[in-house]
Amino acid sequence: MADQTLPIGGILDITPERQERLTLLEWLHGWVVTVDHKRLGVLYVVYGLFFLLVGGAEVLAIRVQLAKPGNHFLSPETYNEFFTMHGTTMVFLVGMTIVFGFANYLVPLMIGARDMAFPRLNAFSFWLTAFGGLLLYYSFIGGFGLYGMGSAPDVMWWAYAPLTEKAFSPGHATDYWALSLIVMGFGTLGTAINVLATAFCMRCRGMTLLRMPLFVWLMVVVSGLTLITITPLTAAQVMLTIDRYLGGHFFDTQAGGSAVVWAHFFWIFGHPEVYVLVMPAFGIANEIIPVFSRKAIFGYPAMVAASVGIAFVSLGVWAHHMFTIGMTSVGNTFFVLSTMMVGIPTGIKIFNWLATIWGGKIQFRVPMMFCLAFLFQFLIAGLTGIMLSVAPWDWQLHNSYFVIAHFHYMLVGAIVFNIFAGIYYWFPKVTGKMLSETLGKWHFWLFFIGFHVTFDTMHFVGFMGMPRSIYTYEANRGWNTLNMIISIGAFIQGIAVLVFAWNMVRSLRNGKEAGNDPWDAWTLEWAVPSPPPEYNFATDPEVHSRRPLWDLKHPDDPDWKYE
Amino acid sequence: MKATFREYGARAAGLSLLLLVLVAGAWAQGPQTTPSIFAPASTPAKSIFGLSMFVLSITGGIFVVVGGLLAFALIRFRERKDDDESEPPQIYGSVQVELAWTVVPILIVVVLFLTTARIIFAIQDAPKPQDALDVTVVGHQFWWEFRYPKLGIVTANELHVPVSTPGDPEPTYLHLLSADVDHSFWVPQLAGKTDLIPNHPNETWIEPQQTGLYYGQCAQFCGIEHAKMLLRVYVDSPAQFAAWVKDQQQPGVQDPQAAAGRQIFETHACTNCHTIRGTAAVGSFGPDLTHLASRATLASGATLNTPEDLYAWIKDPDAVKPGSLMPAMQLSDEEIRELVAYLDTLH
Amino acid sequence: MSAIPVMPGPEPWELPSKGRVGMLSLIIGECGIFTIFVVAYVFYIGKSLNGPTPQQVLDIPIFNTICLLSSSVTIWLAERQIERGKMKAFAALWALTIGLGLEFILGTAMEWDKLIRGGLTVRTNLFGTTFYALVGLHATHVVVGLIGLSLILIFTLTGHVSERHTERIQVFALYWHFVDAVWVVVFTVVYIVGR
Repeated sequence: MADQTLPIGGILDITPERQERLTLLEWLHGWVVTVDHKRLGVLYVVYGLFFLLVGGAEVLAIRVQLAKPGNHFLSPETYNEFFTMHGTTMVFLVGMTIVFGFANYLVPLMIGARDMAFPRLNAFSFWLTAFGGLLLYYSFIGGFGLYGMGSAPDVMWWAYAPLTEKAFSPGHATDYWALSLIVMGFGTLGTAINVLATAFCMRCRGMTLLRMPLFVWLMVVVSGLTLITITPLTAAQVMLTIDRYLGGHFFDTQAGGSAVVWAHFFWIFGHPEVYVLVMPAFGIANEIIPVFSRKAIFGYPAMVAASVGIAFVSLGVWAHHMFTIGMTSVGNTFFVLSTMMVGIPTGIKIFNWLATIWGGKIQFRVPMMFCLAFLFQFLIAGLTGIMLSVAPWDWQLHNSYFVIAHFHYMLVGAIVFNIFAGIYYWFPKVTGKMLSETLGKWHFWLFFIGFHVTFDTMHFVGFMGMPRSIYTYEANRGWNTLNMIISIGAFIQGIAVLVFAWNMVRSLRNGKEAGNDPWDAWTLEWAVPSPPPEYNFATDPEVHSRRPLWDLKHPDDPDWKYE
Repeated sequence: MKATFREYGARAAGLSLLLLVLVAGAWAQGPQTTPSIFAPASTPAKSIFGLSMFVLSITGGIFVVVGGLLAFALIRFRERKDDDESEPPQIYGSVQVELAWTVVPILIVVVLFLTTARIIFAIQDAPKPQDALDVTVVGHQFWWEFRYPKLGIVTANELHVPVSTPGDPEPTYLHLLSADVDHSFWVPQLAGKTDLIPNHPNETWIEPQQTGLYYGQCAQFCGIEHAKMLLRVYVDSPAQFAAWVKDQQQPGVQDPQAAAGRQIFETHACTNCHTIRGTAAVGSFGPDLTHLASRATLASGATLNTPEDLYAWIKDPDAVKPGSLMPAMQLSDEEIRELVAYLDTLH
Repeated sequence: MSAIPVMPGPEPWELPSKGRVGMLSLIIGECGIFTIFVVAYVFYIGKSLNGPTPQQVLDIPIFNTICLLSSSVTIWLAERQIERGKMKAFAALWALTIGLGLEFILGTAMEWDKLIRGGLTVRTNLFGTTFYALVGLHATHVVVGLIGLSLILIFTLTGHVSERHTERIQVFALYWHFVDAVWVVVFTVVYIVGR
């Protein structure tokens, strides 16, 4: 019989903690020059959460403006800037940053590695991203705007040509949009390269690809997808800048250029991009749902295959954003088919999650509550997606509030809910303190109620013919009450987010001590102290199954017997 | 947590009820001020409506089944207070189950796809009848130009089309162009929307079956006043339509009482942008004003066409529709009054 | 009683090299950018409303192409030399690679000079826009590659590079091979298909 009590050698760290007191400057300096994946992950997430508040403020202003018809809270120019910035902020400065922030923090820990493959590239990528975001927001005060309120982008987050050509957007608004996103794009590219190199080349002994936690798998798939998703956007933005400054004609319809080509290029980026955003959310759910159902994930290989399948198919659906642009009937039909097809692996995932819960012992802790809400909301979002994939119906629904409802169900109902779940789940690991369950439940219920008040209602106002991107609407259209309801829900969500911020601040100071493994979980990050030491693992771990800590805790019934 | 289920169940029931009411209420045929996609009054809109109800029933069914299973699982398999802390049986997968829930969605997709494809071809590739009415729609920032090439009519913002009856089908085919940026023609009760893309002509058609006024608006963000690029479609009886056509084909009314205003119009920069047939004004950057007084609204629906509103519009367009491309013409109050008096004669 | 194996197995645990995976990922990303520029070029073939056409003004840059593609051969030979620790031969072949790449850039510059004098610029027509954008994007990547190559040459000549850096050299060479492969595509699309 072995005299080692821990089959995975040396994971428990017995080094006493250092108790250094740093000056404020030293502390800041540490954060600025860090190449530690954990610190960079925290920086990404904090950056993203900050801009979540900013983007949220923008949308609250929008909702005040739309609460009544003919309102004068925001001028048309400011309104157009706000909704453009809201979309751009939420996708790039919140979604991408938080998603890659989670990846940065968790991927090396989950595979038993010491850091990412290229730590300096990692830091460089973060600062590029951060700078790009600041450049975008500088637009509010910089440049000579056409109408005042600075020069923030006001062309819709998809910046359709030829509205963005110099002739129709003479100010610098479009340039801020293009240039800041090009810069951020390079940052994202760097992180994607890092995640791929790390996952393929730095797994600990015994961790074959098919033993990686599903979160890592999804980040691998997402990073691969990112490589060919962000780059088309960069290319299109370079072309737009050539048009605007060198007199090029890529999208100059007067010279024979094509507005439709911009739309194609943008959505070739834009559609896979939403999978880049949502698949890490799936990854988070894949970690949380099993732990709080006390069961292994059902159908791990199918989940991997479905994720890879989604990534591939998602590359072929982009023109479902363009059903009304005037493609041929054959073209439209093709994209109907591809879009419906992508619903299949996505649906399979829901069934796998359902089967994971089935027969388990569901613990209604805050992370799980967010994940369960995600499941219902993702189901609905997927179904409204199917509705939108039906091209003739899309000819009515496109560019209406129904679409906004659908994608917010995805972006907020699926992604943000999972981000909240992930934060509640891993906050103890990152900080060593538990977030308050009570405040968490307040956060959850307020946000859930506000979310549904807003976005359920929004589907209906879309059915009633209300288009998007309008700073006001006619009073006789019958949209008044529903808009007021939507606005109220938005403010409820705002309050919920404030409760969340308060929870984080308070718990950082007075939270319960978390210990290594507060949730009784099974992946490698729970084997190290909370917060982990800089080097992560004292000795390189060795694993024999997908749930190394389950094997440790259940030596009589280890996973490797069944895998 | 029972509360979760009850709350969720109540919410779901409430929402379905609301949906049913809305759908039922909107089933009322005919034009209404709420441009609901569930109140179709034209052939393509009706095809879309039929398809959408079919899809809704399938997705609704999926929601009930999967959502129901989820809700059930949450209650049935929740951790009880008196739990013994043991782990439940670990199930790693099941080939049969996973195969089943792959095959069933594929079948559903096949059905949905085939029904969808049929409607796509039915609407997009509908054969155009010889005597269909042709209208060329040109999108501008921020107004609509309508030309009836075979009838010699040019007007703006308010479209008149004949009603179509089973005995006398009269579809209207719209040829969609843009003078500047992307726009989209959307009158939900009459058809799905189709975009107006510069350098990329599009076609769409409507076949309204009930007379009256239908509302719509531009549905592709086109700049600062996208929100006020509204649409009015008047579906006329055959007699009404014939009368309207005859009227529109006339050159601008030359009322001697309004000569002063006409003088102002013709000697100021108005003529650079606007056309009034029968006068020296042949500008084409702005809407054709030959029959301005026959329209119910101004500035693409931004305001009603009353003398007071017209006065305010000419005096300071930016106050009515900030960012619209019509400049304030710096006329004196007296000049504007006379101008309004003239324009009001242009029936 | 525990039945878990407690000693790490004797099998080797080998993972791919970080540098290679990283460089391949970068190359895949770059393919994304180039694909869009190529698609734009192909889409706009024949669509210019006016101005010089490819047939009128483009000469096939055979010599440039031979130089650039040969540089792939010389860099491959250089890799073989450093594998065996033959640093002098490595340096010579490396320098030759740089020379060939430089020739390509100079040749491109001369071609552009001729075209601009002949009336084709970015703003002339769709052909001008897409041509300069695509060829220029590629040329930029060649320049970046040349900078990297030159830095490595400097490090080699000052004695900082040795046999143990073989793998890094191979990773960098991947980038150079990629640049040459892209040229094959650009050349075909612009000078053969598009004319």
